[in-house]
Amino acid sequence: MDNGNPSEAFVAFERVQKSYDGEELVVKDLNLAIGKGEFLTMLGPSGSGKTTCLMMLAGFETATYGDILLDGNAINNIPPHKRGIGMVFQNYALFPHMTIGENLAFPLEVRGMGKSEREEKVKRALAMVQMESFAGRRPAQLSGGQQQRVALARALVFEPELVLMDEPLGALDKNLRERMQYEIKHLHDQLGITVVYVTHDQTEALTMSDRIAVFDDGRIQQLAPPADLYERPENAFVAQFIGENNKLMGKVDSVDGESAMVRLDDGSLVKSLRVCVNEPGEETTLSLRPERVLVADDGKDYDNTFEAVVEELIYLGDHIRSRVNVCGNRDFIMKVPNSSDHHSMAVGQKVRVGWSMQDCRALDAS
Amino acid sequence: MTQGDAATDPSMTDHMRDGQMVTADGTPLKASLKRAERRRKIIALLFVAPLLVFLMISFIIPIGQMMFRSVDNPQITSTLPRTLEAMEAWDGQGLPDEPVYAALAADLTIAQENRTVGQLAVRLNYEISAARGALTRTARQVSNMEAPYKEKFLDAHRLWGNPEIFQIIKREGRPLTASYYVSALDRTYDADGNIVLQNENRRIYVDLYIRTLLMSLGITFLTLLLGFPISFLMSSLPMRYANLLMIFVLLPFWTSLLVRTTAWIVLLQQQGVINELLVWAGFISSDNRLGMIHNMTGTIIAMTHILLPFMVLPLYSVMKTIPPSYVRAARSLGANPWVAFWRVYVPQTLPGIGAGAVLVFIISIGYYITPALVGGQSGQMISNLIAYHMQTSLNWGLAAALGTILLVGVLVLYWVYNKLVGADIKLG
Repeated sequence: MDNGNPSEAFVAFERVQKSYDGEELVVKDLNLAIGKGEFLTMLGPSGSGKTTCLMMLAGFETATYGDILLDGNAINNIPPHKRGIGMVFQNYALFPHMTIGENLAFPLEVRGMGKSEREEKVKRALAMVQMESFAGRRPAQLSGGQQQRVALARALVFEPELVLMDEPLGALDKNLRERMQYEIKHLHDQLGITVVYVTHDQTEALTMSDRIAVFDDGRIQQLAPPADLYERPENAFVAQFIGENNKLMGKVDSVDGESAMVRLDDGSLVKSLRVCVNEPGEETTLSLRPERVLVADDGKDYDNTFEAVVEELIYLGDHIRSRVNVCGNRDFIMKVPNSSDHHSMAVGQKVRVGWSMQDCRALDAS
Repeated sequence: MTQGDAATDPSMTDHMRDGQMVTADGTPLKASLKRAERRRKIIALLFVAPLLVFLMISFIIPIGQMMFRSVDNPQITSTLPRTLEAMEAWDGQGLPDEPVYAALAADLTIAQENRTVGQLAVRLNYEISAARGALTRTARQVSNMEAPYKEKFLDAHRLWGNPEIFQIIKREGRPLTASYYVSALDRTYDADGNIVLQNENRRIYVDLYIRTLLMSLGITFLTLLLGFPISFLMSSLPMRYANLLMIFVLLPFWTSLLVRTTAWIVLLQQQGVINELLVWAGFISSDNRLGMIHNMTGTIIAMTHILLPFMVLPLYSVMKTIPPSYVRAARSLGANPWVAFWRVYVPQTLPGIGAGAVLVFIISIGYYITPALVGGQSGQMISNLIAYHMQTSLNWGLAAALGTILLVGVLVLYWVYNKLVGADIKLG
């Protein structure tokens, strides 16, 4: 889907820039098109500009430059309450002086909806998140997970087409967070709404999203479906930020078609996939997922095989996480599957490890 | 749970005995807990003990004494015991007979020797204005009097021919009295001993209580009106600007009360800065200068200024804790700025409004110094009259009664406030 065609997009950022102090750009030239019904996650470390983008879309921050389009219309000058965008906040922002029912009725009430219709919709929205029996309670009487569901119901009760979520699961414990991820995902599928979701948790992003925009330094570093993002990171930041990653620094020795030979700092030569490098002599970072590194004693042919010394073994049940010293890199991680023929590895032991050229991506130097 | 149940449930047997939770050695859990907590309680009590003692000595005991003084009435019973005894036979109609006058003469002779006539004269003078003259003059002559005393007394002072003085002695000849409260509420006793309203030109206190109440409410409202926007601004500004504003709010707090009040006199008086400016600008003519000081306007302006921090501080501390996401949530749900503010923001500031309002109201209802300096006649509050009775008229009983009524009034108002506002919103 690439960056999409802005004219067809439901939500579009066009060359959007944002500065708070007139000296530094928090968002630098953002172009993003979000299709109708899409679940798009903005993922990035704190300070990467992702929340600012969401706030600009919601109307709580103004874009310093550029246009934000909703369904083809520029919304820069439309106040938040006229945008009709549902929003779930990090702390839920349930009004503490109102009951759950009143909280949900609030958006309907300010739209001048009649009482019976209001009650009907509130009831339906609460049923949607399995909270029907809580209408009379106050937010403070609910657990974090329940508050989260109510916040979700409140953002959906007035049937917006676009719902923004700002780290909505950040305050929940791990189990609840996982359950809520599925629930949000199911609601999205059921209702056909467009969701823009902000998080710094990559697992969350990978679980829920149709596409993920990885933010860093005010720019989208890569915009891709979860699998692409993990398997085919386009730069060193994305490779490092998403999932676990082995980083090998080196210089390009030679380039041949889609492959590149990279000379590592200790002199060993690695055959890798050419992604960001063009010419010999360039600095590069090789990115290699730990599960793609294999113990090379099965007779198979690998593009790269090296001698490694086992430094540390951590037993994790389904696999053994092994820190090995390979090519002068002592923090090299590999995940050895816990099959009957591999559990004999011991600290200090020498093993041969290997990986294919396709799994070893030569990215930018940073 | 019975023993039988406990036996069948193995997880319970260790901790249950006779339906009670017990510890490992078999002592009941509650008793064990109490013992463990006792030490902490004692230590906690020791920490607050000095303050408690200080409060007892400097606050509770004096207030108790003050309140007792409003009903304390020892003067007549201690100086006129024989008279009171002799008056038991008197029916309260017309003048009493000779034995009462004889007893009075005997009492006054002793009182003159003990120098207690003065106190008695002052006490009776609260009830009837000629009493001081009558008693001091008669007491000087009483040692030369001989029976029959009634005639001599009637010669000595005309008051002794007025049955009212004897009615008063009879009524107030008890160790406790309600008469201070009767006067504090603009009431008096009529000839039959019933409590009736004072003459219209002698009613002061009830009107003053009402005025004090209304002025305090007005000042509370004004501080809220001025304090709310300031607090709102401070809570939404970045820290360093908020701190700067906070200093401006607190600056008057750190300045002497007298200096501030005097500054208002300089600003508001007839020849003061504001009047001069208005005349200079041609808004008013020089003969029509506004009277803004030494009246109620002056008191309200100066007190609003002085009490503003008491409103701003609780409001600010509450507003500071309201995350901006609430108003944002309201906006995103379709509420325009005004609706979001009124329906979502303001209700959450209610604890601050309540705390600030109670604080300002309670402080202003008993305020003394500012009304005394800038209040003139119409800006006086009840505390100024209490001070007058404490310092000038020396009628401490009346001062105590006025003070007690004020204290009880404030407590009743606080109770009503608590009932109305509910348990969750108190003093912040």
